[in-house]
Amino acid sequence: MSDSPKISLTDLHKGFGTKKVLQGVNLDVAAGESVAIIGGSGTGKSVTLKCILGLLTPDSGSIKIDGVEMVGADRKTNEAMQAKSGMLFQGAALFDSLSVWENVAFGLIEGQGMPRKEAHDIAIKRLSDVGLGPEIAPLSPASLSGGMQKRVGLARAIATRPEILFFDEPTTGIDPIMGDVINDLIVKCTRELGACALTITHDMASARKIADRIAFLYKGTIIWDGPVADVETSDNPYLQQFISGNTEGPLDLDLKHL
Amino acid sequence: MPILAPIGRIFLAFLAVVGRVTIFAVKTLVHCVTPRFYFRLIFKQMCEIGYYSLPVVAMTTLFAGMVLALQSYSGFSRFSAESAVATVVVISMTRELGPVLAGLMVAGRVGAAIAAEIGTMRVTEQIDALVTLSTNPFKYLVVPRVLAGLITLPILVFIGDIIGVMGGYIVGVNKLSFNSGSYIQNTFQYLETLDVVSGLVKAAVFGFIITLMGCYQGYHSRGGAQGVGQATTNAVVSSSILILIANYVVTELFFVR
Ligand SMILES: Nc1ncnc2c1ncn2[C@@H]1O[C@H](COP(=O)(O)OP(=O)(O)OP(=O)(O)O)[C@@H](O)[C@H]1O
Ligand SMILES: [Mg+2]
Repeated sequence: MSDSPKISLTDLHKGFGTKKVLQGVNLDVAAGESVAIIGGSGTGKSVTLKCILGLLTPDSGSIKIDGVEMVGADRKTNEAMQAKSGMLFQGAALFDSLSVWENVAFGLIEGQGMPRKEAHDIAIKRLSDVGLGPEIAPLSPASLSGGMQKRVGLARAIATRPEILFFDEPTTGIDPIMGDVINDLIVKCTRELGACALTITHDMASARKIADRIAFLYKGTIIWDGPVADVETSDNPYLQQFISGNTEGPLDLDLKHL
Repeated sequence: MPILAPIGRIFLAFLAVVGRVTIFAVKTLVHCVTPRFYFRLIFKQMCEIGYYSLPVVAMTTLFAGMVLALQSYSGFSRFSAESAVATVVVISMTRELGPVLAGLMVAGRVGAAIAAEIGTMRVTEQIDALVTLSTNPFKYLVVPRVLAGLITLPILVFIGDIIGVMGGYIVGVNKLSFNSGSYIQNTFQYLETLDVVSGLVKAAVFGFIITLMGCYQGYHSRGGAQGVGQATTNAVVSSSILILIANYVVTELFFVR
């Protein structure tokens, strides 16, 4: 492991009203490393990501990015962090009032103040990085298929050349073949940027492909954390049940609440 | 007391909402006067809110002016005060009917559209995406709409005033056989600048209320399509009520001393 971790979560707590979602999450992601957080629906994966991105404020605990504390940080610090990170949202979250290329170029034009002409050319390049031709650039995002929207979302996330990439369930809601295409693109883009990546998913195949390390989130804490190769041989009964998809086992499925 | 508890709860919830709306309004005003400014978006919203509302506002004020002339004529003829029709039409149009009718129509048209658009952006995580792309959603989404409402509503109402007075003129001259020249003269004889100005100030206040409530409801909507629908309804209802309350308050500020 390198000197100081890129992202470091310590004892993170977050609840909504009386409901405790995160109850002490600890996780380090080193520079250039790709980590996947896996876990069942409603275990707080998206909440973890939103806390790191500053979209939610944790109740307690610490989030350090490049050694800088983000919890309670001022606006400048937050903006500096957002400028060096890129995020692919679960539903792509493309702006439907803008065209495809304006979506991809958004961070360049609005965030960095780049002239539209120059940003347009970069957007076309990023689109081709994710396997999309220039003919879709002027279209409206609503006219694209789900898989294409995800790829445009990926192009938008990488457009500003971020050092940290976040992926929220990159493969859910699309067919397995397109899912595989997305996985390959994520691996390729992360490598090219030399970025560190944090992916949350409940798709084990995708986690194996994208990540170097896997962290298993259950009942508000990371109960298992290790290299991808060790997942199969781990003797953690919870993890074994999750990857085999068995309903019989130690996991408290609590189906009523999902 | 089992009856008092729910009343107290409702009252407390109401106060909480008032507090949240106030904070939202203050935050909006601060962002209105601090860079950066998205002039392109302000212009786009001015077209959206002002220009495209023109037909609706024109139709409502036209017929309001026409019916006002008819009604005041039939009422005033009971004590032979028919000659006051033109004055009544122009003063009620500029002070009251122009701003209130235009405000309520625009609340239905624009307030609902703003709440639906921003609400959809909220539930599909587009607002979160804005933040991760180093863009402040208040400056990018809320401020252009609120500024556009503040600027265009007075313009809309001014045009509406003219059309309403024209409606009164059409009925007065064609139906009630007023002399065209003396109707116009009566219209301007007793009209004061303050009548028009107070109406335009009202319009600006209503423009602020409509766009602010639309943005507030959209911004805080949750729970998918149903939540967005709820936000849309809330935006129209709350801004309509607030318009009528603000209308009274502004009138008192201007004309009671
Ligand atoms: N803004 C919020 N207000 C209240 N509760 C919330 C909020 N956001 C999330 N929750 C709750 O937190 C819990 C965890 O949600 P989260 O979205 O993190 O789940 P997840 O692990 O991403 O699940 P999925 O795989 O289904 O996306 C859920 O029970 C949800 O109801
Ligand atoms: Mg999620």
